[in-house]
Order: sequence, then C-alpha cells, then structure tokens
Amino acid sequence: MSKIITIAPVTRVEGHAKITIHLNEHGEVQDARFHVNEFRGFEKFCEGRLLWEMPGLTSRICGICPASHLVTSAKAGDDILSIGIPETAEKLRRLLTLGQWLQSHALSFFHLSSPDFLLGFDADPAIRNIFGLMQSHKELARRGIRIRKFGQQIIEFLGGRRIHTPWAVAGGVREPFTKEEQQKLLEWYPEVKETSLMAIKIIKEVQEKFAKEVSCFGNFHSLFMGMVGPKGELEYYGGNLRIMDSAGNIIADNIDPREYYKHFGEASESWSYLKFPYYKPHGYPKGIYRVGPLARLNICDFIDTPLAEKERQHFKKLAPSTEAVNNSFYYHYARMIEMLFAVEKVEELLRDPSIFGTHVRSKAEINKLEGVGACEAPRGTLFHHYNVDENGVLQKVNLLIATSQNNMAMNRTVRQIAMEFIDGPVIPEPVIPEPVINRIEAGIRCFDPCLSCSTHATGEMPLDISLIDVDGNVLDRRLR
Amino acid sequence: MAVKTLTINGEQYSAQEGESILSVARQHHIPIPTLCHLEGLSTVGACRLCVVQVEGSPKLLPACTTKVEEGMVVTTSNTKLDKYRRMIVALLASEGNHVCAVCVANNHCELQDLAYQVGLVRVRYPYLYPDKKLDATHKEYVMDHNRCVLCTRCVRVCDEVEGAHVWDVAGRGINCEIVSGLNDNWGNSQTCTECGKCVMVCPTGALFEKGVTVSEMEKKKGFLKYIITARQKKEWVSISND
Repeated sequence: MSKIITIAPVTRVEGHAKITIHLNEHGEVQDARFHVNEFRGFEKFCEGRLLWEMPGLTSRICGICPASHLVTSAKAGDDILSIGIPETAEKLRRLLTLGQWLQSHALSFFHLSSPDFLLGFDADPAIRNIFGLMQSHKELARRGIRIRKFGQQIIEFLGGRRIHTPWAVAGGVREPFTKEEQQKLLEWYPEVKETSLMAIKIIKEVQEKFAKEVSCFGNFHSLFMGMVGPKGELEYYGGNLRIMDSAGNIIADNIDPREYYKHFGEASESWSYLKFPYYKPHGYPKGIYRVGPLARLNICDFIDTPLAEKERQHFKKLAPSTEAVNNSFYYHYARMIEMLFAVEKVEELLRDPSIFGTHVRSKAEINKLEGVGACEAPRGTLFHHYNVDENGVLQKVNLLIATSQNNMAMNRTVRQIAMEFIDGPVIPEPVIPEPVINRIEAGIRCFDPCLSCSTHATGEMPLDISLIDVDGNVLDRRLR
Repeated sequence: MAVKTLTINGEQYSAQEGESILSVARQHHIPIPTLCHLEGLSTVGACRLCVVQVEGSPKLLPACTTKVEEGMVVTTSNTKLDKYRRMIVALLASEGNHVCAVCVANNHCELQDLAYQVGLVRVRYPYLYPDKKLDATHKEYVMDHNRCVLCTRCVRVCDEVEGAHVWDVAGRGINCEIVSGLNDNWGNSQTCTECGKCVMVCPTGALFEKGVTVSEMEKKKGFLKYIITARQKKEWVSISND
C-alpha cells in the first residue's frame, strides 16, 4: 500500500504552501510535490483598470519585492506609451532595483536561511530563526538587519516609503533624488560592503560544512534563463534574455523580453495554484528551467564590478568546465555574489552626477495597444504583459513571476531531498522524520520562493507536510 | 432682513433670516461634517452627514438645508449623531469599491478624511463589491463609478457654474449613477468644455485627470470662490486652495 506524507505549512518562505510525500506500496518515496495553496487573482481584477494605475496596483502584490513589480509595470507602461524615459529616471529606477535586490537578498540569507546554516538543520525549530540567531550570533544578526535596512533606505529615499511605493510610473519616476540623501547613503556604505563580504565568507564555509546537503539539494540538469547586458554582463534592469543548458551551452540569446511568450509556455496541474512555466521548444515538462541568482550567474559572461566578478570566477569553478553550476544549494552563494554586486553598483550610481537631474518624467498618450515590461527581480526574471484599449483601459494582464518559473525545479528539489533523506521504507512507522522536514524546508528556501507574488493570500507562511498512502489516506501530518 | 436668535450646543447665536444652520455653525467654527455640500454650489442635502438634532423635531434634520428659526435649539454632536454619521460613512464605504491604498486621490480624499473624522475604524456592513464601470473615453479626464458617492457636486458645478450641464443622475436606488450626456460615454459629449471643474469639486477619486497615479490627484477647489466672487461682486480675489 503506497502512502503520502504532507508537510504543511512550509515555514520561513514568503507565502502559503504545503508539501506532500507520496509513498509506494513498499513504503518508499515515489514522488514529492510542492503545492501552493493560495490564490490572489491580480491578473483578473486588474482588468478594467487604467494603465497608469498599474504600477501602484501591482506593487501591492508583494511586501518583499514591491519595487520589482513597480519598475516592471512602469516599463510595460513605457512600452505602451512608446516613449524613452529621461536618462536620470532610468538611473534612479536602476538604483531602486538595486535597493530591492539588497533588501530581499539580505532577508533571504540572514533572516530566513542563515539560522539553518549557523544553528544547524536539526537545531530546535523554536530557536532556528532570526531571534535564535540574535542570541547566538548577535553581531552577524545585527549586520544582516542593517544591510537589509540599507536597501530599504534606498527605496525610502527614492520612493518616499519603504514598502509599496508608487514612485515609478509609466514614463519615468515621480520625484528626483537629492544630494542629502546621496550623502547619507555614502556615509553608510562602508559598513554595508563589509557585511556583504562577510556573508560571502560565511556561505563558502557553509558549503564545505554541509557537503551531504549540498550534493542533493536540487542537484539536477535544467535550463537557465535570465537577462544579460549588451556585452554579456550580469544585468538587472534592462537587457535581453539568454537561455543556457545544463552543460553551459547558450541555446538561445539576444531574445527581446517583449517576445518572452514565444519562448515560454505555462502548464497547470490540478494540485497547485502555481503554474508551471516551461521552455516551449522543449515542451512540458522537459522544458524545465531555473531563474534567479543561480541562473543569472551561470548565463552571464562577466560581472562589471571587480569584487563580485572575482567571486563569480570562483563560483564557476564549482562545476566542471563542461557543465553549468547545476546545484540549487549554490543559489545561496550566487545570491550573496549578487548582493556584493548590488553594493558595488549602488556606489557607482551614487557617485554618478547625472542622478541629480530634475527632468524625470515623460508624458505621452496611448500609442500601442500591447506592451511588455521585464526586469530581474531578486528571485528571477519578472514579466508584466498588458493589453489595453485606445483609452488605456486594461483588457488583459499576464504576470510571469520568477517563483512560478522555478516551480518545476522546486518540485524536483523536494523529491530529490525526500528520496535522499528518507532512507528505506517509512512503514511500519508512518511518521515524517524530523530531519526530512528540516531539509525539505531548507531545500525550498534555496529558491527563496515568494508565493504571494506568484499566485497573484495574505498572512504568514506556515509549514504543512503530509504523508499519504497509495489510496490517498493521510498517514501523518505535521504542522508548524 | 430679520435677525433670528438660536441656541447651538448650549450657546446663543444670531443669524440672518433664511440662513441655514450649517452656515451659522461654519461662521462660528462649530464643526459639522459635510460631503455633498460645497460653498458656492446649490444645496441638495443628499449625503445626510450634516444631520443635527433640533428640539421639538421628531427626526434629525440636515444642517445644510434647514433654515434657522427664532428660538431654535440645535445640537450638532452627541453619541446618537456621531453614531449615525459613522453609519453613513460606513454605508458609503461598503456600497462602492473604495480602496484607498491604490486610489489616485489617496490623502486628498474627503471621504477618507470623513472616515477619520467620524472615527470609522471598521465597516460592519458586508461590502457589495459592485461591478461598476470606468469611463476613460474623455481625452483629459476619467470617471470611475466605483469611487462615486453620488454627492452630485459634479452635476451642480457643471450646470450652475460652467453652464454646460454635461452631467445628470440616472437610475434609482443601488443602480443610481452619474451619467454624461444622455447616458453616453463622456468622450462623446458635445457639451463638455473640458474645463475640469467637475474633477476639482469631486470629493473622491471618482473624477480624475488621465495619467495621474496613486495619491497624485489633488483637488483644487479655490477656483470656485474666485469665479463666484467675480460674478457676483465684480471682485477678483486671490485663489486659495485650502
């Protein structure tokens, strides 16, 4: 008789989800699924609203990465208005995007994942969190909170508030930047750079310490997708799409993000509200691809800031020269390299005199009835695709979110960890072993999923794991 | 013109015959919340937020349309009045689709200010979430019926001040709504002069300028006093938008 184990809710990720582990008649792991059981419906209820309202509306999708939705929506608006935005506005939008990367990457590493690394995967869940970290690693926790605050401060200086700012608009941005704000950020900057380098050192030590976890936390072949700049450099705001296979070969390059829908399809499964995007030429489910830090570091030819580039070269050595870095555990390392890149890039932009321009908004009427905006959100490439009528009223909205693009990869990661750590039949004791719960959660966290973004629920993200037999009976259920 | 003496909240005041209770209260800085009322436009008593208690009257009376009378004893605020005003604002909130966080008029909205003023912390009526339309056919402006509270300020300013009479009220009860022309798209109106007066007097984000984003629609009503003083007194006062 086969069984299913359910882990629900999954903790320390952004949103609501549960995991089910399906056992075969011998009590061995046959499959594992990551279910996203929240639904938001932004794509539907934005229909009938005005194009100009969309940045403010869609930034409400998420409290973690509102700035990414804001900028992407504003870019879709630029496309429909068919205007080039002022140079200052683009640089300020770039600065905002970097602020978003910094705060989100810091949150993922320090607040959500580092308790596993520094207190151990099997430490008591009651202390394996940011508060436990504050007691055992006070200075590090303080620095983690401060670097996140730095990112939030950039967003606040630019957008007037830290969360859900409506500052980026179709045609540019609403307010210019001031020298006083620049000075305050530059004064804070040395500490942030130091913390970023410290995080790189920690993650490298973690990778050595947890060799077994590293080997099976989503270690599989898939495609990688993301944006690169005109010279092949790591890109976060503009640029074209590049797709790489697991052997490191570029299989498609220079794709205009406006044409994403020609290359990517979305499949649905009855057991999850989260769609399953795939690379069309390979079909579903063979067209599995990953986005986000691991993908971006794999596909780019170089990083145009010195310290991050040095780390990228080290990152590339994690896999043989005939392969891309396929192991999802290295998302953490890639994320910290990106945090360092963001820190360096922020300084570069802050020292650019053209960020103080006062012409920051262009205005135009509706010039096209369809537009796409894309940018690299912390978790991967984000697309907003709008169709409007001649008055600017939304007729159709499609949001392709980074977390959904990693959906197939997250499912495969859960299955791989369950198979690796559930050693032999679970029967006659149909319970979910504690180390398995801990590692499955940690495996999901590699991707830093944001489920409220990707399903377009509110509230906390609890862990819910079920063990289910072949007849669909729930043998064990663990809630946290 | 005869002078009338009345008592408001225990204090005696004198007023001109024909003056409204609201007018006297405003002159003496006695707060009475209003929504449909706007100085310079005719009075319709539509919103009922200015209801006051008048001794001898079995029902509450709107301060904007009730004329002062000799010996009248008026109470403008007590537990009952405050409760009814809160109910009115709560009913307005539940009847439309008012989502302040993403509204163009956020922080510049009279309905939002009223909610704070009457202490509305929660709405106990079920939200109706009506499926109302948004008319963006006008080149410069947008009418979003989701945010309309039917105060009819737009109807009155267009008729009484601009003289174009683009707006009217159609339908009954829950189906009541503001219409332009003979219930045609605003963009097809042949009488609209694109002056924007209706947009500026609208207390919420129902009428706004095309292209504005969250919180950007500031309503500047100073023009009304300017125009009316100029017409009535041939005096051209400075425009204040307070």
